[in-house]
Amino acid sequence: MRVQEARMGMKEKLKREKLFILSLFLGFFLVLLVFITLGNLFYKQAEDFSGLIAAATDLVVLKSIGISISMALVSTLIAFFFGVPLAYFLARKDFMGKSIIEGIVDVPLMIPHVVAGIALYGVFMRYGMIGAPLRKLGIVITDAYPGIVIAMLFMSLPYLVDTAREGFKKVDPRLENVARSLGASHWRTFREITFPLAFPSILSGAILSWGRAISEFSAVLILAYHPISAPILIYEKFTSFGLAASRPISVLLISICLVIFIALRVLQRRSK
Amino acid sequence: MIEVRDLYKDWKEFALNDINLEIEKGEYFVILGPTGAGKTLLLETIAGFYIPDRGEVWIEGDDVTILPPERRRVGFIYQDYSLFPHLNVEQNIEFGLKSRKKSASQDTNRKRVKEIMDWLSISHLANRYPATLSGGEQQKVAIARAIAIEPSILLLDEPLSALDRRTKDYLREELKRVKEEFGITMVHVTHDQTEALVLADRIAVMMKGRIMQVGTPHEIFNKPLNEELADFVGIENVLCGVVRNNVNGIAEIEVDTGGTIFAVSEYPGGAVKVFIRPEDIILSESRGVSSARNEMMGGITELHDIGPLTRVKMDIGLIALITKQSRESLGLRNGDEVCATFKATSVHVVSG
Repeated sequence: MRVQEARMGMKEKLKREKLFILSLFLGFFLVLLVFITLGNLFYKQAEDFSGLIAAATDLVVLKSIGISISMALVSTLIAFFFGVPLAYFLARKDFMGKSIIEGIVDVPLMIPHVVAGIALYGVFMRYGMIGAPLRKLGIVITDAYPGIVIAMLFMSLPYLVDTAREGFKKVDPRLENVARSLGASHWRTFREITFPLAFPSILSGAILSWGRAISEFSAVLILAYHPISAPILIYEKFTSFGLAASRPISVLLISICLVIFIALRVLQRRSK
Repeated sequence: MIEVRDLYKDWKEFALNDINLEIEKGEYFVILGPTGAGKTLLLETIAGFYIPDRGEVWIEGDDVTILPPERRRVGFIYQDYSLFPHLNVEQNIEFGLKSRKKSASQDTNRKRVKEIMDWLSISHLANRYPATLSGGEQQKVAIARAIAIEPSILLLDEPLSALDRRTKDYLREELKRVKEEFGITMVHVTHDQTEALVLADRIAVMMKGRIMQVGTPHEIFNKPLNEELADFVGIENVLCGVVRNNVNGIAEIEVDTGGTIFAVSEYPGGAVKVFIRPEDIILSESRGVSSARNEMMGGITELHDIGPLTRVKMDIGLIALITKQSRESLGLRNGDEVCATFKATSVHVVSG
């Protein structure tokens, strides 16, 4: 193999890989867009390293990042608990109005986030349909942690449900049939066959959903401005003090998230 | 023993219509039919993956129509083996053992898995994952996994269809061995007639969601109930005629293409159809003396080679299948006049 490859000139090599080279070339523009934007942010910040240190040691900043990441995690866990069964059901059953349910699940992908925020506020505010009875029980949603979680959950839910549903669809129903014929209950079949085989997709959906939750701004802004989460703090600093004040928090948030997500992707590849 | 009574099921593009079957304990039963006949759906309904729209399924004297599959003790094997890809061979085989109510100890399970792997000579594969196995190996693992739970019935959906010729022949013998060793009732679905002929104690022919005929391989291949079935099992000679006389169980049939055919048949008279397998016809240069009751002279209109055989078409409406050697030693050519000879017992008569 190697010997044959060495015999090939550069020209032949390029010829054989033509389509790949074109794909790389075109795709590169997208990568460039992200890279330049973030690179510029990091580069500018590098000039003001002391500002970054200041942000990294500022408790308000750290707390806001902590809130964003942890509330997004809670939102993802809730999405997982309710979304995985829904995804399994949608993947396996055909029924009247299935498209309607699938459409409803995907609505958050289509509507402007600020609209979602306003709609959520209408329901969860003190006098809202759900907000009012909850308040009687002493639970406040708006401007509280539950508000952040609900806003995040609403916006990130489709990513987990859709990805998990596709994952379940890829599991051959005949594997489940065989498992049942071998004496396994429906529940055991799900636990030991279907779920593990769909797990890479579910994990992928969970990662997307978590990422989407961390980045949620508009809906959180309206439902729960406080306790202040990272995107809101960044926005606040930007409007009050300008770019130089908001940038170090942004760089910090991006860095932390990047490390977490790369680690998760590596983990995911291993699990496959 | 399996009984299927008045079964109906509609599912996607398939349908089962008024299925009635009785499969004896320890029998090797083959359901034979063309693609799309609904064979798999029938098997899956017996296994309990589907609940029938109407009708009943009984296993070992119990009505299991609405019993979930895990409580039927019915092993199932698919054409594509359906091994669990995330479990290794040993874990695949052990899967069913862990489902039992009174779960045996892990050691007992392991021992049982080892016994079965030895019996099927797949012990060396114990730690391999399905994706790394050949088709034949995968199917052996699937068989091992199914028989590990000691099912009373094994349902096989085209189990040999995806395999190469040699592996197919070998696994066919393994399936026979499974039936003999464990006394399991085998229900095997296939479109392959050779497979049905070699394996079956009895065959049911299924077409368009219906059971058309149930019988021994001999009955299915030599005594089809109608023209459609005759065509399906490769009986190319279908002649229309009228029974003119019947003496001591030998019917004298005047056929449309001219001449008279003698057949062992109880038909006293009336319009009939006559089936003769092309390989039951002997060709010779001229009339001779033999025990065969039928001799018909005819001209050759077509000679066509199929592998080691030659298909000879004659102007008297008969097709004969002979070996290429016979064709050469007789020096047959188009237009030659030959004598077709066949026994009265090779002629199957149904009402026309």
